[in-house]
Amino acid sequence: MSPDEISARIRTAIPDANVSVRDTTGGGDHFDATVVSAAFAGKGPVERHRLVYAALSDVINGPAAPIHALALTTATPDEYQRK
Amino acid sequence: MTDELRKRIADTIGRGRVMLFMKGNPAMPQCGFSAAVVGILKQTGVPFESYNILADQELREGLKVYSSWPTFPQLYVDGKLIGGADIVRDLHAKGELQQLLTAQA
Repeated sequence: MSPDEISARIRTAIPDANVSVRDTTGGGDHFDATVVSAAFAGKGPVERHRLVYAALSDVINGPAAPIHALALTTATPDEYQRK
Repeated sequence: MTDELRKRIADTIGRGRVMLFMKGNPAMPQCGFSAAVVGILKQTGVPFESYNILADQELREGLKVYSSWPTFPQLYVDGKLIGGADIVRDLHAKGELQQLLTAQA
């Protein structure tokens, strides 16, 4: 799985999302993603993560899933600017 | 998911006020993310229970569905999902974890 494929899936599910994904080990299975979207406004961290996980459900679930690990940071555009 | 599995999951979550589902056990975590959460929980000094999902495939897959959360570790406080490693680390960095762990439900 490539970072671009992961980004594309997240953007399909959350169209306004600004996504950056990094392959942390170069092995195509451990990733680090930052997702910035207005869709996260008013949502807690668990709900935000669920939104992203839902976009990746077919590649993150199950023993044979191509994604083994995904470190996730979520922010609204406002939160991201304040960082 | 069978009612029996659903009940077993709920009972297991209820084993401790602070309950960590992880890969391996606190003395020997089998994954860096699980190890990170164990380390943070130990820093807080709050007692916690843990469950090794690597030793229970049925519960492992069931819990993902039960909580709509595809990865481990998963930390629960008073039966409520707090999150995985990213969220626990973030709450800890913001100084909010201690209060969350010690607050009375």
